Amino acid sequence: MNWLSNLVRPKLRALVRKTDVPDNLWTNCPSCGQMLYHRDLEANLHVCSKCGHHLRLRAHKRIEMLFDEGRFETVATPEALVDPLRFRDRKRYGERLRDAQAATGMADAIVLAEGTIGGHIAVIAALDFEFMGGSMGVAVGNAFLAGARLAVRRRAPFIAISSSGGARMQEGILALMQLPRTVIAVQEVREAGLPYITVLADPTTGGVSASFAMLGDIAIAEPGAVIGFAGARVIEETIRQTLPDGFQRSEYLHEHGMLDLVVPRSELKPTLARLLRLLGESSGASSEGAARLAADP
Amino acid sequence: MAELEARLEELRHLSGGGDIDVVEEVGRVQSRIDRQLRQTYAKLSAWQKVQVARHPERPHFGDYVGTLVEDWTPLAGDRLYGDDSAILGGLGRLRGRTIVIMGHEKGASTEMRVKHNFGMAHPEGYRKARRLMRMAERFRLPVITLVDTPGAFPGIGAEERGQAEAIARSIDTCLGVRTPLVSAIIGEGGSGGAIALAAGDAVLMLEHAVYSVISPEGCASILWRSADQAQLAAEALRLTAQDMQKLGVIDEIVPEPLGGAHREPKTAIEALGDALDGALSRLAHLDGAVLVARRREKYLQMGQKGLG
Repeated sequence: MNWLSNLVRPKLRALVRKTDVPDNLWTNCPSCGQMLYHRDLEANLHVCSKCGHHLRLRAHKRIEMLFDEGRFETVATPEALVDPLRFRDRKRYGERLRDAQAATGMADAIVLAEGTIGGHIAVIAALDFEFMGGSMGVAVGNAFLAGARLAVRRRAPFIAISSSGGARMQEGILALMQLPRTVIAVQEVREAGLPYITVLADPTTGGVSASFAMLGDIAIAEPGAVIGFAGARVIEETIRQTLPDGFQRSEYLHEHGMLDLVVPRSELKPTLARLLRLLGESSGASSEGAARLAADP
Repeated sequence: MAELEARLEELRHLSGGGDIDVVEEVGRVQSRIDRQLRQTYAKLSAWQKVQVARHPERPHFGDYVGTLVEDWTPLAGDRLYGDDSAILGGLGRLRGRTIVIMGHEKGASTEMRVKHNFGMAHPEGYRKARRLMRMAERFRLPVITLVDTPGAFPGIGAEERGQAEAIARSIDTCLGVRTPLVSAIIGEGGSGGAIALAAGDAVLMLEHAVYSVISPEGCASILWRSADQAQLAAEALRLTAQDMQKLGVIDEIVPEPLGGAHREPKTAIEALGDALDGALSRLAHLDGAVLVARRREKYLQMGQKGLG
């Protein structure tokens, strides 16, 4: 009401707030605990400079990291039925969704984008773990299908980047039905003769691993990512044994023949560019598609 | 219910003497039992349905095959690693039609349950299923899959040998085979392990079977942080056949005898036999490419309709 509360208090608050900022400048590596400065972390593509741990990345960041000059077009994701079961646990699902949307600025757990990688046009669908654990419900399924179909229209390779705990429980059986639906998307890309490349990031489990994530023509994983069907805790409780070292990690899957490549983040873009070049020559995807993109943005 | 049944037993025993009063009383008690069963089963809660779907005496894959399939010839192995007893499959004839039939087997006794790993398949099970579906396609035989599993087995070997990949490829094959594929959820439709065999042209479901993305216990322990809240989770997941039909996930509910399939297995098995035969007849005239296109379209349409 007076100048003290109107003017001084906000200024004081602003001063205090400034002291909060340094907290966000440092991140502890979740693996080795090393303090990582945000600029260094950014420059190092969110990989720990001490132990090489690949920190989780937001979907937008991943996409930006892969497309040439960080330039790309995000593609609008289709509308989906909201909360089809009117699900409620300790909290309403509708509320959880709104909270996730507010926290992430995303409509749901997936981002679609098109752009070029090493000059080759590509469509990327990337899941974002920050949005309800990257879980797959109707909206993610619809968007994944839209991404596959865009790739087919563009005659472009389709790249799926997964970071997800699996199907979204709050959408019940309709979440499970996204397994066949996303598999159909993969089939459409396959039948169009286009490459479908998966990049498995931490984590890729449950219904996402048991559908589109494990069907790549070429399967790439980031180092140290947890990839599997069942959760480690469920397995331990079922078989009452301790799990072997490195169980369900990328390197372990690679050793067991489930992945083509384990590629560090810094090598991911050149690897994808090389694959697109090699596969584009026969699928007729690459440069022709890029020309079409330029003509039909 | 148990009380009434005990009384009935007693009366039946007495009625050996041919006493008319007793015969009348038997009739009265029997109709009370039927009425009560009908009332109880008409409004089973989701959690009660889970219990009925898991009932150990509920008919299993082997019971259906034993009754419905002539010239049953089991076929084994994935040709890659091993044979999985949690998923059985083979050739035979259903109502005069040669078919390939496969499904989860839970086992009827403790010993058999262990042998069949409680219907929880390893990758080999799904790979065997794929192999048999492909074979059916080659010989233009329709495929029937019977789904009854708590879920795919969570174990070290299963993960090492690519459980997720095996399920994904099995779904891929279900959606791609150019031959009729009819699935029936006969007990528990447990998540990825169930859909791996169930992406068919027609999906039937027994009246008291359940179908879910996660077990109520698993869902409760994650969302309610306590497996004790499984009843609440069962309700929230909308896992009953009646919900599935409203959501457009299944095509047909197959009625169960009064009191559930375990009370009159023979009736339940024949009812499913009729429903399978009907579904196959409706698909028999369709060309492979048309079947695949329609099957995909059916799944693409799912999720556009909620419970409102």
